[in-house]
Amino acid sequence: MLLLTCPFCGPRDESEFAHGGYARKQRPDNPQMMSDDAWVDYLTVPDNPMGPVREKWWHVRGCGTYFTVERDTRTHDITDEGESHAS
Amino acid sequence: MPASARRLPTGGIIDRSKSIGFRFNGKSYSGFAGDTLASALIANGVSLTARSFKYHRPRGIVGAGHEEPGSLVELVGDEQSANQPITTVRLRDGLDARSVNCWPSPHFDLMGINQLFSRFIPAAFYYKTFMWPNWHLFEPHIRRAAGLASAPDALLHQGLYETRHGHCDILVVGAGPAGLTAALAAARAGARVMLVDDQMQAGGSLSGLAENLDGRHALQWVDDVVAELDALANVVRLRSATAWAYREHNLIMVTERAPDEDHVFQRTWRVRARQVIIATGAIERAMVFADNDRPGIMMASAAQIYVNRYAVAPGQRAVVFTNNNSAYRVAAEMKAAGIEVAAIIDSRTDIDDAARSLAAGIEICQGQVVSRSEGRRRVKAAVIRSAAGGSERRIACDLLVMSGGWNPAVHLFSQSRGSLRYDTGIEAFVPDRAVQACLCAGSASGLFTLSGAIEDGAEKARLALRACGLDSPNAKLPTTVSELPYTIEALWHVEQDNPAAKSFVDIQNDVTLNDVHLAMREGFGAVEHVKRYTTAGMGIDQGKTGNINVIGAIANRAGQDLQDIGTTTFRSPYVPIEFGAIGGQREGPVVLPYRHTPITDWHRQAGAEMYEAGARWRRPGYYPLKGESFQQTVDRESLAVREGVGVYDGAPLGKFEIKGPDAGKFLDLLYTNVFSTLKTGMGRYGLMLTDDGIILDDGVSFKLGDNHFLMSTSTGHADEVNRHMEHVLQIERPQWQVMITTVTTQWANATVCGPKARQLVEKLCTDIDLSAEAFPFMAMREGTVAGIAARICRVSFTGELSFEINVAARHFAKLWDKIMEAGGPMGIVPVGSEANHVLRVEKGFLSLGHEADGTTDAYDLGMGWIMSKKKPDYIGKRSVEIRRAKDRPRRELVGLLIDDPARLVTEGAPVTPEGRRQASEGLVTACVHSVALKRSVALALLEDGRARIGQKAHIRMKDDVVSAEITAPCFYDPDGERLRS
Amino acid sequence: MQHYSFLSLARNALTNHQNWQAAWRSPPLKDRYDVIIIGAGGHGLATAYYLAKNHGVTNVAVLEKGWLGGGNVARNTVTIRSNYMRDESIPFYVKTVSLYDGLTKDLNYNLMYSKRSMIDVVQTYPKLREIRRRMLHMDLYGATYEPIDVAELRRRIPSLTGGGPGSRLPVIAGMVHTDAAVCRHDAVAWGYARAADDHGVEMHQNTEVRELLRDANGAICGVETNRGTVRADKVAVVVSGHTTTLTETVGLRLPLKTFNLTAFVSEPVKPLIDVVVNCPDIGVYLSQSDKGELVIGGAPDPGQSFRRDIKQNVFEDAVCAMLELFPAFRRLKLMRQWGGSLDMAHDASPIVSTTDIPGLFVSAGWWGGFKAIPAGGFTLAHLIANDEPHPLIAPFGLDRFNHLDFILESGTTIAR
Repeated sequence: MLLLTCPFCGPRDESEFAHGGYARKQRPDNPQMMSDDAWVDYLTVPDNPMGPVREKWWHVRGCGTYFTVERDTRTHDITDEGESHAS
Repeated sequence: MPASARRLPTGGIIDRSKSIGFRFNGKSYSGFAGDTLASALIANGVSLTARSFKYHRPRGIVGAGHEEPGSLVELVGDEQSANQPITTVRLRDGLDARSVNCWPSPHFDLMGINQLFSRFIPAAFYYKTFMWPNWHLFEPHIRRAAGLASAPDALLHQGLYETRHGHCDILVVGAGPAGLTAALAAARAGARVMLVDDQMQAGGSLSGLAENLDGRHALQWVDDVVAELDALANVVRLRSATAWAYREHNLIMVTERAPDEDHVFQRTWRVRARQVIIATGAIERAMVFADNDRPGIMMASAAQIYVNRYAVAPGQRAVVFTNNNSAYRVAAEMKAAGIEVAAIIDSRTDIDDAARSLAAGIEICQGQVVSRSEGRRRVKAAVIRSAAGGSERRIACDLLVMSGGWNPAVHLFSQSRGSLRYDTGIEAFVPDRAVQACLCAGSASGLFTLSGAIEDGAEKARLALRACGLDSPNAKLPTTVSELPYTIEALWHVEQDNPAAKSFVDIQNDVTLNDVHLAMREGFGAVEHVKRYTTAGMGIDQGKTGNINVIGAIANRAGQDLQDIGTTTFRSPYVPIEFGAIGGQREGPVVLPYRHTPITDWHRQAGAEMYEAGARWRRPGYYPLKGESFQQTVDRESLAVREGVGVYDGAPLGKFEIKGPDAGKFLDLLYTNVFSTLKTGMGRYGLMLTDDGIILDDGVSFKLGDNHFLMSTSTGHADEVNRHMEHVLQIERPQWQVMITTVTTQWANATVCGPKARQLVEKLCTDIDLSAEAFPFMAMREGTVAGIAARICRVSFTGELSFEINVAARHFAKLWDKIMEAGGPMGIVPVGSEANHVLRVEKGFLSLGHEADGTTDAYDLGMGWIMSKKKPDYIGKRSVEIRRAKDRPRRELVGLLIDDPARLVTEGAPVTPEGRRQASEGLVTACVHSVALKRSVALALLEDGRARIGQKAHIRMKDDVVSAEITAPCFYDPDGERLRS
Repeated sequence: MQHYSFLSLARNALTNHQNWQAAWRSPPLKDRYDVIIIGAGGHGLATAYYLAKNHGVTNVAVLEKGWLGGGNVARNTVTIRSNYMRDESIPFYVKTVSLYDGLTKDLNYNLMYSKRSMIDVVQTYPKLREIRRRMLHMDLYGATYEPIDVAELRRRIPSLTGGGPGSRLPVIAGMVHTDAAVCRHDAVAWGYARAADDHGVEMHQNTEVRELLRDANGAICGVETNRGTVRADKVAVVVSGHTTTLTETVGLRLPLKTFNLTAFVSEPVKPLIDVVVNCPDIGVYLSQSDKGELVIGGAPDPGQSFRRDIKQNVFEDAVCAMLELFPAFRRLKLMRQWGGSLDMAHDASPIVSTTDIPGLFVSAGWWGGFKAIPAGGFTLAHLIANDEPHPLIAPFGLDRFNHLDFILESGTTIAR
């Protein structure tokens, strides 16, 4: 059970959060302009490093904030606590 | 033998005023408060306490704590528990225990016959035989023979398990000399401290030692420290509490076995600590020689504990076998307690004078080893010889204590992912590099003297405090008397003189040195291979006393260093933990908390069958009247909607209010069709996809006002839609100004449906013009119904005229009653989800999970119109295009009319060419008895289905083929006149 | 190969088992092979065996960075079954079950293959509908799935005393998959390794592949290891969770993410459960090993992970789910728990495929891959030998992602 730092609520147990998925690149503004291959790649091919990976968490049993952190997949060390995306 | 034959006249930390009666293997005995089952049995002269796992050899008590490899018992009665190390069972009144895995008793065990066949069943023999005719013939016998105790089958009668969280600056694991010193220093510095220890009484190794600190008995120092700690508000001290797992981010699991509260049987703490000090001590290692498993052969430290702590003599004439200094003190203390110590057999070439003088008066056999033991149900003699071989000498004894040196208890440190290093100075693996915020202190870090442990405890506390930003006050440490330094010469096993001898490296799993060598001979040379091939270290004790000898034996045979061989992984839990203590009180209704509507009680009283309807909602499935079959009920409810009026509880429907200047744009991105053009007071059916182009949800959204929408979703997907929307908003479009509020449980709704629906609603609602002209299909009006503020939506999932009346949840029961009351004269019927299913199938309306199983898209479902061509982008658009660009047959939604109109088929049944057993070309997604058509109707997904309307399809059931005509996927009112009426 | 039998065991007992030969040789590492298989796990070893046995390709090296059989074949929950839903999947798993059926004799190694059936404990109607759909689709391929009522379910699993009428999720039905089996997982690796060795395949442990090598034309030409360069024109990456780590050394990105999945065992107890019990609604499955331990598994951890560890919250979910149906297990003890890394494809179905790099093959995305070992090895060997997919794995190529043609086995509307 990770200890995750919600940008608003501070450090909380992982059980308060839902995993929000791998933090892929920003969704393109105009997918119609992309080639099929580029879209498929964007959609299906993630980074899968043995090392820091960016991922999203949703404080669903808390304040509802989505935020992105960088976590080392070998150790679970949070290498970058990130910040919320909400303006 | 008299009851207290082996009890020493004085000493021990037992309460001789409290006699406790107990039963073991059906016989009655008594001991004292403070005893364990092991010490009480020793006091009663019982030495044969178990039979071994595989060979059923007689076994006795080997250790004094969790490391016990020899004797497991099962407890019967209220305290029922399987496979308890005999040394960890605290004596209490009425305790009833029996040895595991032997029948009828360890004295006369029928499976003892295995000893005769032992040469045919070496390690891993089962991989080489039992193949003919097949394993099934043998498996039941093997299973019955394995498995140790029977599983407990009774529930807990008194008390409950619970779990809770703990938070602290510094967690100290172990209340021995290092742990107490560290905890005291941390506590005095003002840190929030948790001190957990797996014994009832603090003191750790001091409880088993006749030791002085500051010139008085060490336990008095322990009492003082404990008293000070207990008086401090910043300290939580848990007794009889084992830290059993070290997880990521400094989360440590601790289970308390005897909490102070009577109503709590066991309590598990999830402790999140800023710093952890691991002061878990060290574990003595067994010696490996032929027949090293006989009752009466015991760890030296265990003998010491029995003498000092429990005041029992585990034997009358002892031989000590050691390769290190620590056993000399045991010999001296046994001697002082009146046990004759016949000799110390020391395999080392060099023995220091301090050790010799401590054992003054005892014969020391330097450079000698015990090559084998003699005896049957109890050791009778140790046979010794020079380490290099040669002539043997027999020394009679009834107690053979052994010390193969000490291993720091690095289990938690290793679980924390700290690395280990082999220290040739103490011939043991010691903590090396930590990767989490933890420190090892005292003998857990390889410091095997008392003064070293105390100093290290203070030092590690200082480091931990500094890491927490706290200063450590200077404090005087207790002074110790002069101690033997710890010296050792490794001896991983004694060379066997007889190749068929049994020298056990894992006493619990009956794994011998020969087994290890056999594994290596057959190519299983890695330490994990040896473990898995021989099962060494895989028992209840997880090899606490023996694994190191396996590693040593591999190293010896392979000619490598132990560092290169490495250890097997130290896995949690450190000791076995009851599943109840892990689950705590999360049971029954809270195991998966469920949702219910405001009128669940009404449904129950109406006789509804309630069940899970997705997203943890409980909903009425149908309302059977007395004597009605399932089908009769569903037909009656369906017919009421088609011909009269029905009402269903739509409270679980997902509902979201979406507000903000960008709300319309937001819905346009979410849905495949356009919402921003919607007029206030009107709604539109929408389809929502994931960016994979897979259908996520469908539902109707209404425009409540400028920049304000009310979205409804299917019950089962409301949470997922919420996640999806928040994700899009917060991650993909953070600059958009939109707020989403979940109002699922704020607004409950009753949907009145059927040709008489308007007539009924008119009786309750006078401030809205309900006529079709003023209030058309897909419109929404606000007003009052039965005096309650309401939003009425004209949507229909049944194909009939419907009014979905939404009111605040707290008024819902009143609304429902008023509807039932007003509808009474019209014959209103409450309708469950089963009838709803029939009605929607008749209409061919989409139901997620039936028609949309991830492979179908809107075009397949005949809903291509909903995929906007105008919008440049919406979520899922690009993926659907790519998928459809591939020219392959699609499964399209069609209706099926089974040739036999009375026949119903299983939903999900495959459709295959001519009904042959081959790859399917489609499947039945729904099949019901239609009240409108008075026959069965089905929906199906079928390859190129729309082009095949009018042809036959063949449904492949298990026992027959069902032929059906392919039709359009709508069986009732295809033009939708009724729902618009 | 030394033949194993009761007689050979008895004969060797007379010499105190001093004369057993090594199960596989330890030859020197050559600098070239016809085929290199990276990963001596279940799938890699099975592939090597079938390459040699079925296709006569014997100049094969299996390179393993650690110890043979130390990957997920050493850490799974040993369930073998074919109760899948889609036409793409069912025949593949029917094949794997049939190969397992004869494997003990084929390999002359007792895998303790125990065809003890699996019972799905159904607690919701949507699950019942889905499982009936599976039943009828499996029937097309001869796989068996038989419904039973609650009384029969309780008769077959006497310790399942929870899930009664008043409980949170009452048990409503059972489904028996009679083809399901368990077996001794390590023995599968060892048996394949021994038999592959007998056909001339070489296994090299402690041989870590650090990089894949391509020739001037971009085709694969070998691997760089901690023991030097080894060349081959065909290289198969069969390394479970670490697939992308290797393929990215030649710039090949794959639709895979690595997850941690955990399992745990109880203390050993006398026979208690005779079947594999799967509880999909509440989220736990368990069986009892021949040693008497209950082997229990639950859901994977959220988020990518190469840390083979235990997430307490995920673990507690599985424990609570089990206790809900088996309340008496509260008094039973957890003895050991562990994690394993596995990679999951974007659609959660496996990938057995050629790649854009000529000569490079991947077998990945195995999710419950233990059951798939024989058919996975059988079909990958076919693919390597013929450069054409075996019909059973034709749907599982990487090219399916080009058109987002997912194989969705989860039975839901959401891909993951």
